[in-house]
Amino acid sequence: MFLNFIYNNFIFIIISFFIFFSSILVIGCKNPIHSILSLILVFCSSSIFFLIFDIEFLALIFIVVYVGAISVLFLFVIMMLNIKMIEINENLIKYLPISSFIFFIFCFEIYFIFSKNIFFLEINFINYIDWLQLINKKTNMENIGEILYTYFFQLFLLSSLILLVAMIGPIVLTLTNNIKNNKRQNIFDQISKSYNLNLKKKNV
Amino acid sequence: MYKYLIISIFLFLISLWGIFLTRKNFIIILMSIEMMLLSININFIIFSINMDDIIGQIFALFIITVAAGESALGLALLVIYYRIKGIISIDFISNIKG
Repeated sequence: MFLNFIYNNFIFIIISFFIFFSSILVIGCKNPIHSILSLILVFCSSSIFFLIFDIEFLALIFIVVYVGAISVLFLFVIMMLNIKMIEINENLIKYLPISSFIFFIFCFEIYFIFSKNIFFLEINFINYIDWLQLINKKTNMENIGEILYTYFFQLFLLSSLILLVAMIGPIVLTLTNNIKNNKRQNIFDQISKSYNLNLKKKNV
Repeated sequence: MYKYLIISIFLFLISLWGIFLTRKNFIIILMSIEMMLLSININFIIFSINMDDIIGQIFALFIITVAAGESALGLALLVIYYRIKGIISIDFISNIKG
């Protein structure tokens, strides 16, 4: 019976194995670069997972946005920060009861939703329906475009505002060159002060 | 369809657990938040396939937008914190308030 399951869902099992394995690697690596590489593997595997269902547009968008923008952002920050290898704080035993409690609540909620009977509306077929006229095969991109730019155009414009804020925010936070009263230590100036130039001997 | 949801649930729980475990490493927390949003995306898309409704995929598109913006801001905070403290262990992050 398990062999039957494996034969029917072979590709799904391979992809889910990649996702499981890389997600555990993300949180468990000492070196942050290894964590980011595992994160990229999670993103790529989930993007491939969508190709099974003919959702080609969202799969490619995941690669462009998640791998191409967010992972590159993480890599730049880690490159700038000069982080050494970090010891993992072994909080396994301490947080296991609370996390397993949350896990069971989550599982119970999902089971609760799926155990209810979901009734669908019954459509009365009074008229004759010409099914050949109704078949309209569109690609995933056309489907999303038909709904996103007509019924939900306000959300589309709002998301552009979100991206604008996300652009202005980090610039304001991290740009300190033009601030007049910038109270930061300039270590090079402090260290390069010399005794001869700064101290005067005075006879009192 | 239940077997597809196991991916989403497992990814969410592993990232939640990662936030508990690695409270000393801010980068892992940011990566766990990204993975949580990814798992919710997968959840929305699986249900959109199951119920034959495109609105799940449109909402997933907006979640990607918000995730990108929030990761940019989170990394900016990390950069500021590293400048002030010199470390990325966020036990003392309440010192940069105000």
